[in-house]
Amino acid sequence: MDLYAIIFYLFSIVTLASAAVVVFSKNIVHSAFALLFTFFGVAGLYVLLMADFLAVTQLMIYVGGILVLLIFGVMLTSDVINVQMKTGTMQTLPAVLIVSALAGTLVGVFWSTDWKVAQNAVGFESTAPKIGQMFLTSYLLPFEIASVVLLVALIGAALIARRERKAS
Amino acid sequence: MQEFIQWLQTPGLKHFLIISGILFSLGVFAILTRRNAILVLMGIELVLNAANINFIAFSRYATGTLDGQVIAVFVIILAAAEAAIALAIVLNIYQNFNTVNVDELNQLRD
Repeated sequence: MDLYAIIFYLFSIVTLASAAVVVFSKNIVHSAFALLFTFFGVAGLYVLLMADFLAVTQLMIYVGGILVLLIFGVMLTSDVINVQMKTGTMQTLPAVLIVSALAGTLVGVFWSTDWKVAQNAVGFESTAPKIGQMFLTSYLLPFEIASVVLLVALIGAALIARRERKAS
Repeated sequence: MQEFIQWLQTPGLKHFLIISGILFSLGVFAILTRRNAILVLMGIELVLNAANINFIAFSRYATGTLDGQVIAVFVIILAAAEAAIALAIVLNIYQNFNTVNVDELNQLRD
């Protein structure tokens, strides 16, 4: 067993175990913090897939941005003073059936398909300059639209969250 | 059996796809069962991460180009926008109804 395989299984176990904590934990704060390790594990998998830029982006955007936002949401919408962090589940039995069927189908398809692997696989060199070049050439329009979407989301989120309530 | 152990020892495209499939299923489970809206959002993040692993795995193994990684950047951008908007909506719902449990929210206005 070489080093690559050991690191792969390490990050896979970190990702899946902490994702299971996110999904099954009764305490919402535990879920939020387990999500941190899920994002770290996924970033590690990105590194193993030669996506260095994506791994750093994952850490900056997901861990530095989205996760902090989610923890803010937890703190602002749970009854922190009464330490009432427990959260319930619903429709557990149908969900277990549906999700196990879904997981079985997905893993079965992934397992049984004879995937064609390209010969000119992405190498070890840095990907950031090439991705930047692709953003400004073949993906220029999606890139510009994404920037507009981010601006709209910024303004919209501020507007929705800061709406003044009428004095009652 | 020997073949399977040999397969386990050489991580390739299938390994990453199976990891992402399990991650996707866990995210769908969170979306289906959690009552708290923020945990539903966490499930959505898991699903988006699983999709991203797929994109990058195919970019690495199947195409040999960086297109999959560019698409993954767009997925991350949309995830950030989605999280910001969704949390703003959840905070507003909490102010109006004093709960974020999705099964208790059956009115569009108070």
